[in-house]
Amino acid sequence: MTNPEAEERVMPMPDEAPLAPPHIPARVREPAARAAGDARRPVKAGRAMTLEGLNAWYGTTHAVKDVSLSYRANEVTAMIGPSGCGKSTVLRCLNRLHEEIRGAHSEGRVTLDDLDINDPRVDVTAVRRAIGMVFQKPNPFPTMSIFDNVAAGLKLAGIKGRRTEEVVERSLRGAGLWDEVKDRLAQPGIGLSGGQQQRLCIARTIAVEPEVILMDEPCSALDPIATLKVEELITELKRDYTIIIVTHNMQQAARVSDTTAFFYLGELVEHADTETLFRTPANPRTEESVTGKFS
Amino acid sequence: MTPVLAAISRRRRATDHAARAATLALTLVALVPLFLVVYYLLEEGLGAFSVSFFTTDPTGRFLGDPGGIRSAIVGTVLIVVVATAIAVPLGIGVALYLVEYGRRSAFANVVRYFIDVMTGVPSVVFGLFIYIVLVVSQIGGTFAAWKGAVALALLMLPVVARASEVVLNLVPDELRESALALGAPRWRVVLRVVLPTAAPGLLTGSMLAIARAAGETAPLLFTVAFVNGVSLDIGQRMNSLPLQIFNDVGQAQDRLVQRAWGAALTLVLMILAVTLAARLVQRRSRLQP
Repeated sequence: MTNPEAEERVMPMPDEAPLAPPHIPARVREPAARAAGDARRPVKAGRAMTLEGLNAWYGTTHAVKDVSLSYRANEVTAMIGPSGCGKSTVLRCLNRLHEEIRGAHSEGRVTLDDLDINDPRVDVTAVRRAIGMVFQKPNPFPTMSIFDNVAAGLKLAGIKGRRTEEVVERSLRGAGLWDEVKDRLAQPGIGLSGGQQQRLCIARTIAVEPEVILMDEPCSALDPIATLKVEELITELKRDYTIIIVTHNMQQAARVSDTTAFFYLGELVEHADTETLFRTPANPRTEESVTGKFS
Repeated sequence: MTPVLAAISRRRRATDHAARAATLALTLVALVPLFLVVYYLLEEGLGAFSVSFFTTDPTGRFLGDPGGIRSAIVGTVLIVVVATAIAVPLGIGVALYLVEYGRRSAFANVVRYFIDVMTGVPSVVFGLFIYIVLVVSQIGGTFAAWKGAVALALLMLPVVARASEVVLNLVPDELRESALALGAPRWRVVLRVVLPTAAPGLLTGSMLAIARAAGETAPLLFTVAFVNGVSLDIGQRMNSLPLQIFNDVGQAQDRLVQRAWGAALTLVLMILAVTLAARLVQRRSRLQP
């Protein structure tokens, strides 16, 4: 999956980083994969992520307990489990959004390939550019047009020198939204339907060209048809990105993911190929959950 | 046998009627002074209105034509503009600190407490404070319009800060998080997402503070002093509507008292215009409390 030729490309880091930051290599373009796939878009490899001994707290509440888990590149990993099991907290530790909550902190090693994203020398904004996130509720920026919402990723991240129009079109195509909105790019993003808004948020995320996309129950506010579209999109996107999705919906995990991790009370119970986990779970807890005994 | 759905008892119906009547009566009593103020303002004030009332300055002569209130209108607008230029950026800055950075920290709570204390300080105290600090000390002369503007700004500052804090708190955290998740530094999140989203509300809060400050007399009394003519130099004394009213009401001539009524009506109409504008802006805001 990795291409050694691309290792010397360096991820953009702001000048103010106090020490030389660890280099996060740029994405890899694979001509072979491109020929096999959609010719319009470059196909690139995502990156693997791993957790080693992750613990997370909200104040004194121990929400995530000693989780070690690896997310394979260009696969969809689903994190499932009952409410309050810590799956969303794990997700928020993956792009360091957890630390934005007052009183919250985490310990343990989180890596993107072999780079520790919690390394004090790493710029947190660079981490979040490399690891994008789609939220539960569609949340386009209310003051911005459709176009500006997609371009916002570039502007907010301070990325300059790219052809904004091209990036916006490519991102909207990537999110399967281009044909629906190309004639009204100047209209406000919040005027779209819920499903379209969520795909707009996905377009906004991929405009920054991350390596990994985190999704926090991206379909829980959507109707079944919009959900189906987003799920199809997830399957499309994994060719270019590593996807980690938190979901309440067992069927959704079964439909979209390659591997599934089951969490219970802040602990990782089981992580296996999705088919294995749903058909022959190793742990009785998992079995009870996936067969609907509790949720 | 009692029916399943019993009829309302006579007593409950009577209590209900009495309670309705009582609250209605109290509301009407509360409306009486408001109605009277508006009535007398229109009755006395409209009589003073004429073209020359708005286009001439007070002459200051004891006999003959007393003149209009042009210099007072110009002065009030100028002083309030300067006060706004000081208070609004400061107040929004304080609110941004409290909401985006200070949040629940001890220092932020102390700041909040002092803002509340400042809101309760009578305006005459701000006037005296500026009188001692800026007028008696003769910084840049004695009485000057900008000193009055500073006194008004002190009065406006806590109002703007508090109103802005409320509005900034209405900006959903999900918006901040999604901007942070795109790799934006905090200051850019504030500048490009939080402030534009909150802008209509911030404008409304500022305009209400302006409306509050525009009618204040006490802060100007010891700081700006009264003159008759139009002055556009904020380093000099300047006329203003509250001072014009204050001066004219105390005069023994009916013509001057009537000018005070006219000036009062003008002031009320100006403040009403600002308040209405604030309401319109609020209605267009996407953030509803």
